[in-house]
Amino acid sequence: MTILDERISTAPAVRPTGGSLLDQFELGLNAPICLTWELTYACNLACVHCLSSSGKRDPRELSTEQCEAVIDELQRMQVFYVNIGGGEPTIRPDFWHLIQYAVSHQVGVKFSTNGVRVTPERAAFLASTDYVDVQISLDGATAEVNDRVRGTGSYDMAIRALDNLSVSGFKDAKISVVVTRENVSQLDEFKALADRHGATLRLTRLRPSGRGADVWDDLHPTAAQQRDLYNWLIQAGPNVLTGDSFFHLAGFGEPLPGLNLCGAGRVVCLIDPIGDVYACPFAIHDNFLAGNITALGGFQNVWQNSELFADLRSPQTSGACTKCQHFDSCRGGCMAAKFFTGLPLDGPDPECVQGFSEDALLQVGRTIPAASQDHSKPSKRGQEPVFLQLGMLSPATPPVHGCAQSPIAGRDPGAS
Amino acid sequence: MVMLDEPWQLSPDVALRTEPFGALAYNFRTRRLTFLKRPELVAVIAGLSAGADVREALQAASVPPVQWCAYLKALESLAAAGTIQPRGCIQPQQQEAAS
Ligand code: SF4
Ligand code: SF4
Repeated sequence: MTILDERISTAPAVRPTGGSLLDQFELGLNAPICLTWELTYACNLACVHCLSSSGKRDPRELSTEQCEAVIDELQRMQVFYVNIGGGEPTIRPDFWHLIQYAVSHQVGVKFSTNGVRVTPERAAFLASTDYVDVQISLDGATAEVNDRVRGTGSYDMAIRALDNLSVSGFKDAKISVVVTRENVSQLDEFKALADRHGATLRLTRLRPSGRGADVWDDLHPTAAQQRDLYNWLIQAGPNVLTGDSFFHLAGFGEPLPGLNLCGAGRVVCLIDPIGDVYACPFAIHDNFLAGNITALGGFQNVWQNSELFADLRSPQTSGACTKCQHFDSCRGGCMAAKFFTGLPLDGPDPECVQGFSEDALLQVGRTIPAASQDHSKPSKRGQEPVFLQLGMLSPATPPVHGCAQSPIAGRDPGAS
Repeated sequence: MVMLDEPWQLSPDVALRTEPFGALAYNFRTRRLTFLKRPELVAVIAGLSAGADVREALQAASVPPVQWCAYLKALESLAAAGTIQPRGCIQPQQQEAAS
């Protein structure tokens, strides 16, 4: 079964004009708005939920020259900023060179790191650079909760990086948290931690992508926690970023601010370390592979002409969801979350707030698609997830908060 | 206020990217994206510095005079967002950024 089978592939010959901005986004853009570029599959950590199953470097990873050529092309296409990640991108020896190369070619950078290389010297360098934004990943407001998912010592590493950044005068770092069953009760603590460091809190959704597929059943927030999370987000308002990742919760009440649509292949995409282009960073699977940037025509050709992307930009069927009163804001949720839980792409999200996917998730015949690539360190996979031994954590604290800005007026570049 | 007889320009911090619906305006300094939903508005903004004043930019983009009021309002909000600025003066934020 390919994604193409599940879509209506009669793309209109002439692009309709007018309509809402969202309608226009669904039809695709000349270049992505939210481009993620993973520089390496190598990582010093082995987080249990890693969306890209990172660990070991891939021998085919792009060379420095190839990376510079990517940046040149992004400049030509006017991709104004790129979210750089990995793996752990700072492990690449040419990492600092590449971010300087990007910003000097009108491509702003936000990079995600576990903090391993954010030394006082690097922090000072970052504080002196315009157009570079830093996002430190943290999945627990305490070492106990964080390290169970991200590995021993990773909490201290992240906090050290945040300290180095704030001491050096770097303004407004982001603390990026994947919300899980275990840390959802710590949202207030995360916010306080961010405030202490002059940083902005960013919460994103746990998706069953990469190694996340192995742990999703145990780590994704329960239905009750989802509601608490929604309330917390509404209360927190726009001071907490979400990368628009919680639009599937819109059915709990008013829609959360941000882009209420799946942007995969329309405004979102991923360039992976070997130059493969996927519809979304959470959709690293052959079914969502649009092409490779080293082929003739480069990234622009993949973005503008790939069959997969044309298909994602054509009218979609949404099955049972179309009858749902929340469809306008939820739109059936996240394509990747459905795919990697073995649910049909034209049905409800596995975390549908109406509970419409509960039965399907319990079905015996449900098949989780096999991973099409894995860069996990063999010694790590299957060993690290000690989190299963955990008992119940303390009950959730009051919900909160907010997210990205309205898409019409403007938008936080960090969305995805 | 953005006045018809004033010289304006796209802010030097801002780049425009043409899109089927209009354009994206990205401000490198504030890192904010703004969506311009009408190709005519994009033409006006892109033509600001070529014209002597806003009126000339509107004329060059063939905007009918009955719509000028609406366009001035749109320009007003773009000015507030720092997307466009009066020509010939340095914005205080830029001085800061430059120092
Ligand atoms: S697949 Fe999911 S994560 Fe990716 S753009 Fe769509 S909704 Fe967002
Ligand atoms: S039925 Fe579909 S549209 Fe309605 S809340 Fe569930 S996932 Fe969203």
